[in-house]
Amino acid sequence: MNPGSPAPAGGGGFIILGTFLVGLMLSQMPLPYLIEWARPEWVAMILIYWVMALPHRVGMGTAFFLGLFLDVIKGSVLGLNALSLTIIAFLTLLLHQRLRMFPVIQQALMVMVLVGINQLLFHWMQSFTGYTGDNLIFLLPCLISALLWPWLFVVLRGIRRLFRIR
Amino acid sequence: MAADLYSAKVQESRAYLSLLLTPLQWIVDVPSRVAGEVSDVVVDRSLLLKENAKLKAEALQLERKVQQNAALWLENERLRSLLSGAERVDEEVRLVELIGVNPDPFQHQVIINKGSENLVTLGQPILDAGGVMGQVTEMSHYTSRVMLITDARHALPVEINRNGFRTIALGKGELGELELDHVPDTADIVKGDLVITSGLGGRFPRGYPVAIVSDVLRDPGRQFARVRVMPTALLNKSRHLLLVDMPAELHEAVIPNEVSE
Repeated sequence: MNPGSPAPAGGGGFIILGTFLVGLMLSQMPLPYLIEWARPEWVAMILIYWVMALPHRVGMGTAFFLGLFLDVIKGSVLGLNALSLTIIAFLTLLLHQRLRMFPVIQQALMVMVLVGINQLLFHWMQSFTGYTGDNLIFLLPCLISALLWPWLFVVLRGIRRLFRIR
Repeated sequence: MAADLYSAKVQESRAYLSLLLTPLQWIVDVPSRVAGEVSDVVVDRSLLLKENAKLKAEALQLERKVQQNAALWLENERLRSLLSGAERVDEEVRLVELIGVNPDPFQHQVIINKGSENLVTLGQPILDAGGVMGQVTEMSHYTSRVMLITDARHALPVEINRNGFRTIALGKGELGELELDHVPDTADIVKGDLVITSGLGGRFPRGYPVAIVSDVLRDPGRQFARVRVMPTALLNKSRHLLLVDMPAELHEAVIPNEVSE
């Protein structure tokens, strides 16, 4: 906590919830069939940002419940996304102090790795219960997520500073 | 996760979770709905007139077909009674609207705007203007999830309309393509044949168009001929769909456990 700031930690819980809701909406936006393969993992990216910026407020519990909702949206077995998002939340918690120091480009690379781990875990588990194809195209979203990360980062940082969420 | 696979209780909680998400689904659907309405409002008058004339002509054509249909229907009934065969039951349909698609490209599923509160039941077939689209696999209170026939986990009992050859159409996880399963090399199937539902298995009513044969590959090196078919339903375009209410006795005969629960 910054000793100079009078406001205690807190506030803006609804703003954080709102960004997650927008993420959930974006992740079920209908897209043309071919572009659908490249849909960025909005929820995972927003989660990475908040865990990195506010590790004392957004953590693995949030990740778990978000994952449950994502499971319902994607029609996957309840708990698949919950587990993979919890794991990347954990990894982000481990990394958050380093991530804050990185320039945005390097952050984007880390986001690519994290989202890639998310995709790999999800599809590995999904393959027990359903069909997941036989090529690596399911990793495309992590590349797109990394490309979009700088913009998402700037927007979310703007929101965080605007509403003084800490 | 194991609990979800094996227990019915979890399905219930899943229904409640999707109930929480239903408003989100409505919001996501709003832009396309508004776009549709705006294009309704700003449409050109001459275009409307043209469309009206076209629809009238189409309606006339369809009515002519229905006239014949009534006679054929009665004739069929008479012949059936001569053969002392079972009476054919007619299914009722309800109009439903598509409000979302599954964002996971590996799963071909759509979401419709009727759920268990609207008496949608598990396994109900969904049609569009072109033919069979899929079946209901999961219900929430006001929405339900429909697995399309192209989903890799879907199989549909079908027959060739021309000669009644029965087989099973398997989804491949690819849009616009199905494959007929275990077709012997000698089977009489040619390109352009219409594939219709056979009604075996009881989930789907008999005689609705499913697909058109697009490619038959007879390779002596393979055990079976490879027959690829193209769905007649516009699986990724239709917005207004038909939900088929199967006659109750038929439904119970197929899924006794689910009905009794």
